[in-house]
Amino acid sequence: MNKCIERLYNGIIKENPTLVLILGMCPTLAVTTSAINGMGMGLTTTAVLVMSNFMISLLRKIIPDKVRMPAYIVIVASFVTVIQMLLEGYLPSLNESLGVYIPLIVVNCIILGRAESYASKNPVVPSIFDGLGMGLGFTLSLTILGALREILGAGTFFGLTVYTEELMPPVSIMVLAPGAFFVLAMVIAVRNKIIRGKKTAAEAGCDKIDCGHCGNTACAGHKTGSAE
Amino acid sequence: MNLIIIAISAALVNNVVLSQFLGLCPFLGVSKQTKTAASMGVAVIFVIAISSACSNLIYKFILIPTGMEYLQTIVFILVIAALVQFVEMFLKKSSPALYSALGVYLPLITTNCAVLGVALNSVSYGYNFIETVVYGVSTAIGFTIAIVLMAGIRERIADNDVPESFKGMPIVLLTAGLMSIAFVGFSGLV
Repeated sequence: MNKCIERLYNGIIKENPTLVLILGMCPTLAVTTSAINGMGMGLTTTAVLVMSNFMISLLRKIIPDKVRMPAYIVIVASFVTVIQMLLEGYLPSLNESLGVYIPLIVVNCIILGRAESYASKNPVVPSIFDGLGMGLGFTLSLTILGALREILGAGTFFGLTVYTEELMPPVSIMVLAPGAFFVLAMVIAVRNKIIRGKKTAAEAGCDKIDCGHCGNTACAGHKTGSAE
Repeated sequence: MNLIIIAISAALVNNVVLSQFLGLCPFLGVSKQTKTAASMGVAVIFVIAISSACSNLIYKFILIPTGMEYLQTIVFILVIAALVQFVEMFLKKSSPALYSALGVYLPLITTNCAVLGVALNSVSYGYNFIETVVYGVSTAIGFTIAIVLMAGIRERIADNDVPESFKGMPIVLLTAGLMSIAFVGFSGLV
């Protein structure tokens, strides 16, 4: 039981996939135009991550080592297709606003990264919790980013008005493409400021994730961080 | 004329990295040096050109007649993965010089969301074969422009005194944000 809680803590705080490992950047920046979109994307990815971790962990002794990558991709792609159909049927408005980024969950580095570095080596229950922790960590950071962009760029929070136009005109660039880069840069800089002096979690994460796999840039941050 | 509009819109106005956020992993990860960034760009152009053509043909002649359009995600990602492997083997045999230049970057492309994104988008926009290829190649050219520019800027950032908290990723993201503003300027073109 302790191990399961440890996996949740690890995914949400210690190795937060977005803010610490800098993985899965495409959906992070693309769909966080509002808090609700960020949360929807995060929960969708969580669902896929939990199911794929479960399935891959279950099949870890059957899948031959040489073809493991294609096998993982097929498993993930099947779950993504299932989720996409469910969203189309039950949440058409969310499906509309996330658009092409739902099928693109297949190539989200977080999912293949967890499959490769955790689910393929560990029993089923911890793998499910690992997926849940990572997914919730992803959801949390996406919701924070989405909320910040929505408040700054549109003056609303989950669709509720925070301040009116007379008080302060919203900075509409924050909901456009450049704003995504700025807000994420600020959030990571604030995080760096808070943990400065401590041993960075990226260091711990780096050994486990295959860096070359998707150009995991946490290593780049780690190098400059340890130079001080 | 239609083709020129598709090309300009895909390469500059709706730049794949800076306004659609596809292919960010290589954009942030492989942009430390101009030379490697350019090789990555060429590899992406090469793979996207072939994969967009193949996925278009497969969609039109296999998935539509059999009524299995809902399998597009699975089929496209498998086609891309197989194609990348095939291109790698082919280049190794036929042109070792090009292979040694692109070698490391080819396997990385499988997880580049721009490749799958192009295949899925061209289906949802309803492009025909020629339009798809033009759209794919110009998207990849847009990617190359963005990654080479980024690498050029990063080479200069490396010599500068960046505030402690902004070292590493944050300064790169800020740079990308400024580049993205510059690319918004193209929106009057189409």
